[in-house]
Amino acid sequence: MNSSPAAIEVMNIRREFRTGRGMFASARPVRAVDGVSFALPAGQVLGIVGESGCGKSTLARMILGLLPASSGEVRVDGRRLDSMDRRERARLIQPVFQDPFSSLNPRRTVEEIVSLPLAAQGDVPRAQMRERVMEMLARVGLSAEMAGRQPAQLSGGQRQRVAIARALVLRPRIVVCDEPTSALDVSVQAQILNLLAELRRELGLTYLFISHNLAVVEHIATEVAVMYLGRIVEQAETDTLFRGPSHPYTRALLASVLTPEPGKGIPDVGLGESYPDPANIPPGCRFHPRCPMAENRCQSESPEGLVRGGRLVECLLA
Amino acid sequence: MSPVLEVANLRVDFSGRTAAVRGVSLKVQRGETHCLVGESGCGKSVSALAVMGLLARGAVRDADVLRFQDTDLTRLSERGMARLRGDKMAMIFQEPMTSLNPAYTIGSQMAEVYERHRGAGRRAALDRAAELLGRVGITAPGMRLAQFPHQLSGGLRQRVMIAMALMCDPELLIADEPTTALDVTVQAQILRLLQTLQRELGLSLLLITHDLGIVARMANQVSVMYAGELVESATAEALFAAPTHPYTRGLLACIPIPGTVRRDEPLGSIPGTVPRISPGFAGCGFRDRCTHALPACAQTVALRSAAPGHAYRCVLPAEWT
Repeated sequence: MNSSPAAIEVMNIRREFRTGRGMFASARPVRAVDGVSFALPAGQVLGIVGESGCGKSTLARMILGLLPASSGEVRVDGRRLDSMDRRERARLIQPVFQDPFSSLNPRRTVEEIVSLPLAAQGDVPRAQMRERVMEMLARVGLSAEMAGRQPAQLSGGQRQRVAIARALVLRPRIVVCDEPTSALDVSVQAQILNLLAELRRELGLTYLFISHNLAVVEHIATEVAVMYLGRIVEQAETDTLFRGPSHPYTRALLASVLTPEPGKGIPDVGLGESYPDPANIPPGCRFHPRCPMAENRCQSESPEGLVRGGRLVECLLA
Repeated sequence: MSPVLEVANLRVDFSGRTAAVRGVSLKVQRGETHCLVGESGCGKSVSALAVMGLLARGAVRDADVLRFQDTDLTRLSERGMARLRGDKMAMIFQEPMTSLNPAYTIGSQMAEVYERHRGAGRRAALDRAAELLGRVGITAPGMRLAQFPHQLSGGLRQRVMIAMALMCDPELLIADEPTTALDVTVQAQILRLLQTLQRELGLSLLLITHDLGIVARMANQVSVMYAGELVESATAEALFAAPTHPYTRGLLACIPIPGTVRRDEPLGSIPGTVPRISPGFAGCGFRDRCTHALPACAQTVALRSAAPGHAYRCVLPAEWT
């Protein structure tokens, strides 16, 4: 391994939300992210998978500096995120979000949208701005005539290309993709995934790639972290994780993937009716109420930080 | 045996501007799952709404045959249709939060269906509701009946929707993307439940989805739609063993399959996007995205046979697509 700093390093980061303002709501804080640590080397793709409410988007927003952490530290390219100003941060790390319908300003043209990050830097000459925007549009596969259109005149896939162009126009080194293809049809999803993979190779980018779709993550990520109720419960190199999942939750997630193979039927994932609630995290192992393998000690003993075979697997029984 | 639902040459136009459905024909046989698959805007949901008589104002429906069991739906009054809906023909939708009324308890919403169609009293209707909640795998049904929709998780809400659809022992259940809003583990649980219920109740299921994984695992029969047209229909085995229409083949190549992934190799993809089809459009709707397109594709393309029971709509012979 080289000694250059990790592109993203997260140290025991936490985020709580207080929701107890309503008359009937509990005063219990929602622990959306509950002690997450990882280091992502430059040039790699860390896939984060997990179901809704597991904290993956909250984690992304903290890494982007859009949401302060309750505790813990985020370093980007070796520097503390909170020591940088917005413009510095924008040159280093950029987001691509899920919904290209709501993340693009409907009143602006494509050219205006993509040039906004350049304009916000305040030191890019106007002529150069246009040149860089057009170059970036071409790079993401949008023709020059698209520059004058507004988001409503574009298809979902084209809008996501615009969002990618906007993210890359400042030539950042790191891109946080939060469900970038979840709102798209499969045929278009494949186009966008191929584009993201190509851009990474050509521009040497580092991705934090968040998705609920395991097949998509397997395709693009070099390393995968599985989140459950605010924690990473298993993390491993992609092939290792997909060939030999160790955590029962990872196994259930993988079993739930419905491949197009007729005759195989719908798998029994073995999870009960109960549903994870970040306002009410169970003691012991947070997965035990749904776990088909759970033993008595799983209700009281915490598996936090357990390492098995050189990788993080937060399970007492793995 | 006659099919539970027969549709022939169904057409739906919106305000004379968009031809949403252009001649769809399909049969749902008793006790089987028929999947209608396609991407957004292909007309699959509109086809289902047209069958249920739930199209928005401004939509014009036309069909050569639209028959549910022995009832000709094209001649049925709105009142007659309302009697069928929720009784012998039931439907569940993608987002259970918007289909349930947030102001009423689960119990009162479920009971209403039974009271209206069966003339039952509240007590009997609530008993029936509790029985069905148990049936769809909900523990402590009594407690759930007294709760409001927002107190339930997404998976539980969809179970409630399924239970509600089953209140009057329907013959046909139309499910429009019933698991799209759910997490993958919950999706597997709900689909497994649908499969079990279908087997045990002899239910006929018309399942609308964009997900070919779901199709493969659930369907007996499959109809693939593109731009308002039915482009391929076959049994699930035949469709996945020998996909014939260029669109079906392209769609299958787009899906990353766990365990077979080669990183750094691009996924198959279909260039371009789904066109908007105006009334009067002729020819194959896929031709602008198709690598095999010929001049003949601009004329009306007939369905042809790839094998017995396997039809596709393309000018090319099956071995050339």
